[in-house]
Amino acid sequence: MGYPTEYRYSEDHEWVKVDGSRATIGITSFAQEELGDIVFVELPAVGTDVAQGDNVGAVESVKAVGDIISPVSGKVAEVNQALESAPETINGSPHDDGWILVLEMSDPTQVDGLLDAAAYERHISEG
Amino acid sequence: MRYIPNTSADRREMLDRVGLDSVDALFADVPQAVRERFHPLGLEPQSELDVAEHASRLAAENQAASMTSFAGGGIYDHYVPSAVWNLASRSEFVTAYTPYQPEISQGTLVAMFEFQTLIAELTGMEVANASLYDGATALAEAALMAERIRKRGRVAVARSLLPHLRRVLQTYAWGAGITLHEVPYDASGRCDLAGVPEDVSGLILQSPNAFGVIESLEGVKDRIGDALLIVSAYPISLGLLEPPGSFDADVVVGEGQSLGLPMAYGGPLLGLFATREAHLRQIPGRIAGQTVDANGETGYVMAAQTREQHIRRNRATSNICTNSALCALAATIYLSSVGAEGLRTVAELCASKAHALAERIRRIDGFELPFDGPFFNEFVVRTPEDPEQVRTRLANAGFLVESSGELASLGVNRSLRLAVTERRTEDEIDRLIDVLGGGS
Amino acid sequence: MKTIFELPASDDVRGVFPEAEGTLDEMGVAEGLLRRTPPRIPSVSEPTLVRHYTALSKANFGVDDGLYPLGSCTMKYNPKLNEAVAALPGFARVHPKAHPALAQGTLHFLHGLQGLLSGVAGLPDVSLQPVAGAHGELTGLFLFKKYFESRGESERRRILLPDSAHGTNPASAALAGFTVAEIPSDDRGMVDVDGLRAALDETVAGIMLTVPNTLGIFEERILEITDAVHEAGGLCYFDGANLNAFLGRARPGDMGADVFHFNLHKTMSTPHGGGGPGSGPIAASERLVEFLPVPRIVKQNGAFDLLWDAPHTIGAVHSFYGNVLVALKAYAYLLQLGDAGLREVSENAVLNANYLQTRLKETFDLPYDGLCKHEFVLSAAGLPNEISALDVAKGLIDRGFHPPTVYFPLIVREALMIEPTETEGKASLDRFVEAMEAIAEEADRNPEGLREAPRSAPVRRLDQTRAAREPVLTFPFDEPST
Repeated sequence: MGYPTEYRYSEDHEWVKVDGSRATIGITSFAQEELGDIVFVELPAVGTDVAQGDNVGAVESVKAVGDIISPVSGKVAEVNQALESAPETINGSPHDDGWILVLEMSDPTQVDGLLDAAAYERHISEG
Repeated sequence: MRYIPNTSADRREMLDRVGLDSVDALFADVPQAVRERFHPLGLEPQSELDVAEHASRLAAENQAASMTSFAGGGIYDHYVPSAVWNLASRSEFVTAYTPYQPEISQGTLVAMFEFQTLIAELTGMEVANASLYDGATALAEAALMAERIRKRGRVAVARSLLPHLRRVLQTYAWGAGITLHEVPYDASGRCDLAGVPEDVSGLILQSPNAFGVIESLEGVKDRIGDALLIVSAYPISLGLLEPPGSFDADVVVGEGQSLGLPMAYGGPLLGLFATREAHLRQIPGRIAGQTVDANGETGYVMAAQTREQHIRRNRATSNICTNSALCALAATIYLSSVGAEGLRTVAELCASKAHALAERIRRIDGFELPFDGPFFNEFVVRTPEDPEQVRTRLANAGFLVESSGELASLGVNRSLRLAVTERRTEDEIDRLIDVLGGGS
Repeated sequence: MKTIFELPASDDVRGVFPEAEGTLDEMGVAEGLLRRTPPRIPSVSEPTLVRHYTALSKANFGVDDGLYPLGSCTMKYNPKLNEAVAALPGFARVHPKAHPALAQGTLHFLHGLQGLLSGVAGLPDVSLQPVAGAHGELTGLFLFKKYFESRGESERRRILLPDSAHGTNPASAALAGFTVAEIPSDDRGMVDVDGLRAALDETVAGIMLTVPNTLGIFEERILEITDAVHEAGGLCYFDGANLNAFLGRARPGDMGADVFHFNLHKTMSTPHGGGGPGSGPIAASERLVEFLPVPRIVKQNGAFDLLWDAPHTIGAVHSFYGNVLVALKAYAYLLQLGDAGLREVSENAVLNANYLQTRLKETFDLPYDGLCKHEFVLSAAGLPNEISALDVAKGLIDRGFHPPTVYFPLIVREALMIEPTETEGKASLDRFVEAMEAIAEEADRNPEGLREAPRSAPVRRLDQTRAAREPVLTFPFDEPST
């Protein structure tokens, strides 16, 4: 699976899709493959204030738990409720239907510090 | 040493293969300074014969073992059907590890699944785990779970809780930074709900409680808002009494010793923990779940392992790893051995014998039952004289009764607590009455 | 596999107890309190019951069945003398609230075991109350917490532990109210001492170490490590899961431990029981003794007694005095072994592990080579055709072995942690090596076959994902049977 070039990525394997001041966040294909079959997603509450680097939730597989570390700061505007009944969506479509939350960013310049697709792919091949 | 199969020749061959010339070389990585500080125990090895004789002599020094027990307080002298340990002692159960490799652990996993089902049934709850250490730590874990869910920093606890449960709860609460708020009991011996503060994460009741009195659970849940109702129950009593689940308890915990375990001076014991499925992700401890194998056949695995320490580490719901698995197996076989009817019979025998004894004691001059609340198989008696003197007289006649200090610590003075199980005969009860000063 | 709920019920299974006589009134319990619906406990005949649990036992695998090389679990042989002694009625029929004068036999061996464990640990006093290793960890960390509270140093809230630590370590720290911070390992798998020094400050309560570590490697700089922590005002907790590696030769108290927990169900030969009951006594250094749980078991004026008066105790962590019958088994074991026996244990355990390591590194990757103690960690990452540690484990099942620990410690990819223990002989070890070599070959020639293992177990590979996504945790009574 390719990594969309219009997204940005964190070293903790989250992706960010920017739309104005809104950031849609999910975990990357690499992350879902490492975790295996996803069985549960712990979503944050809408309205929560989040700082960059905060733990905003978790993605659980049978054998592991992956924390969702927020790549940017902001306020949770939306969460993907569909993941409650279909967590496996993240496995099938990690960069699209498997989105996890949307943040109303407080400092959109933080995105500039994230990796682009090429840099992320280098990151995962070195790790 | 006969537990070690290797011969000297084996050891020489292996050392050669490893490339070392002495056994001592195997420990070269332990710093010399540490090796030099070592002191042996000064213990000569003993033969099995000698150890066995020593053990027999020690066993004979336990006078309590040949006394007739009227002691209770969570640990009871119940009859254990012969099938229980005959089956639970099978080496494939006893010498097996935790079922991390489910394909070769179906025996353990099926038994866990059965245990969970039986405990859920007994308590009237939706889901149970595969055991915790004992009833006290189970109660502590329930309080911690309530706090994780509601996060109010306080848990209300009935004063009528057995002291050994409170002690452990206090230690765990201190560790977690939770304040315990004590709720007094009333003249009937039951928890006075007027004393439950608002804004607590949970309310803990025990039923039957430290006085043997059955708490009134009707309507309690409604009165405590969304605080979790935690009830510590006595499993044998649930063969006869309506279980806490019917009263909307959020968590039911208990001590499972009465389900087929010897008293054994208090260990090993069996912690029971049951709750609603909505709290599944918060449950401490191991749980078995049903699934299918590659051929579509039903099989069992450890479920929701991400709650547990080996995956969640510092964010696990508990740190528990080793639990009380073999004791849970024994409890499962106990319940399956006696059946629902048998459990009811045991409970009826306990209750009827206890009530008959209580009646006869009431009629002895100077004795009274201070609490008028309903009881199951255990009750408090106020004695005409120093209760320790009564206890000594009973002991001299071969009857084991707990000391009065525990009741005194709960504000119940000059009293003893008596528990009666199905093992107590009419003859024993007649003699007890005699010693207490009543004729038959 | 059928559960007991699916077996044919019998309609009269009375007879374990005499019938209860008397009316509801005479029972004394008001009708309103009585159970309205009986619990759905099965009613099966005794033959059915016995066949069912006998069949279940045969779907299990115990140490008595074969080699069980689970790393850090010390699945050694469980002596039958231990079981016989623990079954004596004189020990079984004692109520825990019996006056101590009436339980002198039990108090004798409990007190005796305390003394023996104190000697093994090289630490002044012991509590037998914790009933599992994790329970011992929690109790030990409670001692830390109380110690710092008593000195007005409650800001010491952080526990340092290596990334190879067993999961119970950070879990226990969290439960005791501490936060955890990882200290890195160096490229030889040991604690990076410089990294440790850099992490030590006045917010650190102490360190939790497993010695030897979970890679089976002994911390060569252990004295430097514990000295550094003590100098910084912290305490040292030693997880005793790997005690089998140096029994009879070294003592944690001599290494700087402030608290050491034993796993009697590992090192001291008491059986695992499918997951418990265990026993996790703790030994404490001089500065922590006053905080140990109550009651303490003491000998005064020639008699054994329970001491409740300990003003600085953390309180109780168990209903009573710990897992008494498990302690009894460990007591019997230690009496049989004596000092000479303890040395034989570590000697054979470490030799067996090094022998297996030497032979298996010819076929499997060994990320940390060098003298190991009683266990070592291989990696299946080098196997062809993406055969995983899990596949190796399932392949071993088909060859009659219980697999080693897999995927732990976390710092090794596709980890296989192997601990043979001293109760395996060379012939058994050689068979294991043959099986592992055969699996490595199968990974090359017939990987698909290996991915379908196990074929010979009572069930084939189980769907863990389904169990997690659609939890069925109690028997589905209300569903129609298919």
